Amino acid sequence: MKQYILKRILISFLVLFGVSILLYGIARSVPGDYVSNITAGNQNITPEMEQKMRELYGLDKGIIEGYISWLGDALHGDFGTSFKFQQPVVEVIKKNMAPTLALAGISMILEILIAIPFGIIAARRQYSVTDYTIVAIALMGISLPSFFFASVLRSIFSVKLGWLPVSGMLTARMNYQGWDLFVDYAKHFALPIIVFVITGVGGLLRYTRTNMLEVLSADYVRTARAKGLPEVKVIGKHAFRNTLIPIVTIVGGMIPGLFSGAVITEGIFSLEGLGNIALKAVYSGDIPYLMGFNMFIAVLTLIGTLVSDILYAVVDPRVRY
Amino acid sequence: MEENKDLKQRNQQEQDEFEKNQVIMTPGQLVAKRFFRNKLACVGLAIIIVMALFCIIGPMFSPYGEYEIFYINSKTGEEVRMANASGNPDLGVNVKAPMSSAHLLGTDADGRDVFTRLMYGGRISLTVGFVVVAIELIIGIIMGGIAGYYGGKVDMLIMRLVEIFYSLPFVPMMLIISSLFVGYGLSPRYKIYFIMIVMGILYWAGVARNVRAQILSLREMEYMQAAEATGIRTWRKIFKHLIPNTIPIIILIATMDVGGVILTESVLSYLGVGIAWPYASWGNMANAVTDSVIMKNYPNIWAPPGILILLTVLAFNFIGDGMRDAFDPKMKR
Repeated sequence: MKQYILKRILISFLVLFGVSILLYGIARSVPGDYVSNITAGNQNITPEMEQKMRELYGLDKGIIEGYISWLGDALHGDFGTSFKFQQPVVEVIKKNMAPTLALAGISMILEILIAIPFGIIAARRQYSVTDYTIVAIALMGISLPSFFFASVLRSIFSVKLGWLPVSGMLTARMNYQGWDLFVDYAKHFALPIIVFVITGVGGLLRYTRTNMLEVLSADYVRTARAKGLPEVKVIGKHAFRNTLIPIVTIVGGMIPGLFSGAVITEGIFSLEGLGNIALKAVYSGDIPYLMGFNMFIAVLTLIGTLVSDILYAVVDPRVRY
Repeated sequence: MEENKDLKQRNQQEQDEFEKNQVIMTPGQLVAKRFFRNKLACVGLAIIIVMALFCIIGPMFSPYGEYEIFYINSKTGEEVRMANASGNPDLGVNVKAPMSSAHLLGTDADGRDVFTRLMYGGRISLTVGFVVVAIELIIGIIMGGIAGYYGGKVDMLIMRLVEIFYSLPFVPMMLIISSLFVGYGLSPRYKIYFIMIVMGILYWAGVARNVRAQILSLREMEYMQAAEATGIRTWRKIFKHLIPNTIPIIILIATMDVGGVILTESVLSYLGVGIAWPYASWGNMANAVTDSVIMKNYPNIWAPPGILILLTVLAFNFIGDGMRDAFDPKMKR
């Protein structure tokens, strides 16, 4: 086990290395770098000044050289300075990650809490009206374009009914404290979380249902029924525990999707999270931030898959590495 | 005695009839039977057929062109088509016209017929879906097949590549790549193709992973030993004997992904990095929803494309779900 984990961590570093090469290569091939963006139209800038700024930002080196120096710094935990914020990327990420993590984390927990029970109910009554309804609603959620759904929700609940704020994270000029502050946050996050959960819950639900169906037709479930156990015990103890195994492995894989979704949802509701900043960073050519953000997601993804692989061994005693 | 003979004869006759009426079904027919029993899957199939007809044949019946802009004579209130619209100072673009018999869903913010653009947009959205899936399948099957067959170092290398592509966040990645397109001044005409290729390349990892997992177990089967014994070439073993047995899972992934790609394309169009003006796609038409004036007052512009995306993706998901159940021999019914 220990050896397996060690091997996996080593491989994860290898993968991260590959990811970083790919990302850096693409990010740096974008013509029109940050310097020419901010100096465009400013006649007081001479070519010499531009050259000096490039040196300052580390854009004067070629792609390979630039990558090597980026990698060297990154290994020391220094991801460079965000062009736009004029602060170390690590600081920018640290400062703004709370909303993103809250959004992604709460949505993920809600998704799990909704998907598993409903998936089980649907599987238990396969081909019944309940099953069709649950599956149809879940699939409708997956099939909704998130920006479209978000705009419709916002126009109904914020613009027409005025129940919830249109955008932002806090009501301006209201110095709420304690409980009121929490309520204010909750109100601002309600719609983004709803969008996240409804567009994301379907995949997990469908997966739970399929696995539950498989388990329910297994011999040991028949045995459990044959010896006269109450249905609650058959489902809750014998069947559910075995559906848990495959579910654990895909929860880790949900992370990149959550962050990709964050870019869009945060953009629409203008939450000041990592995704929204990334969106702006693309338009202004802030390479260090983009590299940092993408690497951050890649690291989280790899940790997620690693943890779910280890959990796999925990929930399924047959698995030995 | 007579009676007994009669009975025997009747018995014989019944047996013959029974044998005659017994239908033996091929595995394919069994799958089809299970598939068509699933109501949601049938609904999905019907929706896709209607959509395809709407987008492929529809434009032939539409009197208007994809980019045709309509003008309105501000004095007489008469509508003028683009071709006859030069030179008259009274003419203005007929923007956001209400629904009427001339424009079933009105005109959009640029004065183009929404209904006609829906058909052309559907063509593009569906094409993007199918082409991207074709690309991801080609790469994914080849890579997955090689990884699964050879195992060892090759497998290790390809699977690490798969993990790298898995860890790339899709949307930020597309944003960076699209700024690459903008930087090199790609015209919208070619941008469509590039977007399809890039999406195909970013999506192949899932296919490769599934195909590999299947092949890992298939290659240990006895028929593969037989294939080995005949001494055929390796690529024939992979693509003639192993890959065809993974077809069910490939079809399944393909169906699900067509819907997923259509959805992703719409999100990219929303972010302004998808199919670009003047081409219509359901995604960039639904994008009108972000304009708060249109959102509030002109649901005829933004709602139809959104609903069509929803219906189409939903239909592909229904079909995929039905197929998964149908292919799985463990499922009863």
